[in-house]
Amino acid sequence: MPFQSTVADYQTVATLETFGFLPPMTQDEIYDQIAYIIAQGWSPVIEHVHPTGSMQTYWSYWKLPFFGEKDLNVVVNELEACHRAYPDHHVRIVGYDAYTQSQGTCFVVFEGR
Amino acid sequence: MSKKYDAGVKEYRDTYWTPEYVPLDTDLLACFKCTGQEGVPREEVAAAVAAESSTGTWSTVWSELLTDLEFYKGRCYRIEDVPGDKESFYAFIAYPLDLFEEGSITNVLTSLVGNVFGFKALRHLRLEDIRFPMAFIKTCGGPPNGIQVERDRLNKYGRPLLGCTIKPKLGLSGKNYGRVVYECLRGGLDLTKDDENINSQPFQRWRERFEFVAEAVKLAQQETGEIKGHYLNCTATTPEEMYERAEFAKELDMPIIMHDYITGGFTANTGLANWCRKNGMLLHIHRAMHAVIDRHPKHGIHFRVLAKCLRLSGGDQLHTGTVVGKLEGDRQTTLGYIDNLRESFVPEDRSRGNFFDQDWGSMPGVFAVASGGIHVWHMPALLAIFGDDSCLQFGGGTHGHPWGSAAGAAANRVALEACVKARNSGREIEKESRDILMEAAKHSPELAIALETWKEIKFEFDTVDKLDVQQ
Repeated sequence: MPFQSTVADYQTVATLETFGFLPPMTQDEIYDQIAYIIAQGWSPVIEHVHPTGSMQTYWSYWKLPFFGEKDLNVVVNELEACHRAYPDHHVRIVGYDAYTQSQGTCFVVFEGR
Repeated sequence: MSKKYDAGVKEYRDTYWTPEYVPLDTDLLACFKCTGQEGVPREEVAAAVAAESSTGTWSTVWSELLTDLEFYKGRCYRIEDVPGDKESFYAFIAYPLDLFEEGSITNVLTSLVGNVFGFKALRHLRLEDIRFPMAFIKTCGGPPNGIQVERDRLNKYGRPLLGCTIKPKLGLSGKNYGRVVYECLRGGLDLTKDDENINSQPFQRWRERFEFVAEAVKLAQQETGEIKGHYLNCTATTPEEMYERAEFAKELDMPIIMHDYITGGFTANTGLANWCRKNGMLLHIHRAMHAVIDRHPKHGIHFRVLAKCLRLSGGDQLHTGTVVGKLEGDRQTTLGYIDNLRESFVPEDRSRGNFFDQDWGSMPGVFAVASGGIHVWHMPALLAIFGDDSCLQFGGGTHGHPWGSAAGAAANRVALEACVKARNSGREIEKESRDILMEAAKHSPELAIALETWKEIKFEFDTVDKLDVQQ
């Protein structure tokens, strides 16, 4: 078989770190990930930024970190409220771990355009 | 309390076998697996090890009366059977803190695994574990940055780092080498790595490599919008050259460099770790030559000791084996020493090969690097074994992809993220590994081809060095 017909052209994609290589998650799949954050004892944090600033270390907080929030619905409502307020921004959720002072996880839920 | 000088040869056990001794919190404790020559009593062998690795020599000498040997001597305080092995036994030895120079791993090893390993009364000797006292740990610099700082700098959260070594190991020009780095990083890897034996050979001098790699890293970063890095190997002929390479990596604004800590030596490693701490540089550590020292079950030094020594000497990432790939290492033992790289307290647990409680205090953690003969099918097991604070490196598993390194990188990234997502949503990733990967491949032709390419490759040989348990 000629070489060219078996090799595909791989095009570079711009991605937003963790889960950037997976197809967009369904609502249920996002809920599962938030439930995981809560189950680990991490605090949910919502951050947003205009796509031109996506490589900045600091994205804007939506309100304050939701320290100790255990209610999945509260977190989901806040994510949606942030998205409504900044429809053209990327919105990400962080599972903040105060013990390690690090993020247990972090991924983009809404991509801005 | 003065003693009289009594020339001649005393039995070691008269001085160095002290079963009534209760170790102090400040003592450095060691567990040796001893195999003596036939007919030599265990206590005498164990005491000889304690003596020869601390204050003693084969004969009584007058000058030992000039000091207080009771204060300085190492003591064997316990002897235990090795399960399932009649000819060997464990000797537990306590060394007073003042036998060691502050912060010097070189000094600790020169004492503990120096002359004594050639001692004729022994057939074999293996240093199984060391309990470093907090009083010593506090004198060591440790990882220049640690896991938390490295994550913050690289902006990678909630998953293992993904990397690969550039192949072929040797023979590429600087420009060709940079091309392979670019392909891997644009395809979705976070980090690429110089092979350990890439230093500064005639086919590719180090400066050439550093410049082309820096261009590749910056370009990939710009195009993907993610932070990228390449471990620039600074292992060199002399410390001066090592620092020169590190300085140049910094000048190029690169985030991470690399060192081979056993062939390069602990003194060089500690020096480079200090340089990294001062200069905000991450440090990746390779372990070439370790298997010469750690693979024989009865002689040498167990890797858990070498891993602890590295955490103290300094490094932000250390190779630990893969459990599932082409290189030696069983699961429980590996878990035992990766705990010692990453946790702040590791309890004694013989089922993981840890002989002592080890308190690390505030010493930062080290990423465990799994590299060697692994491919996408291993991903679920690797994530289950190593967890998030690890760096998974697929060399052949990236460049061997039929569409090239970028597609290979993408396949690995998709597989990794699919496994993390599945784990977080409560699935048993090892049991369901096939389903998870096949589902992910529906959205990724790169992964589908990778799964097809490596479906038959396994490395199922039995481990040579096993934990000592009754068979």
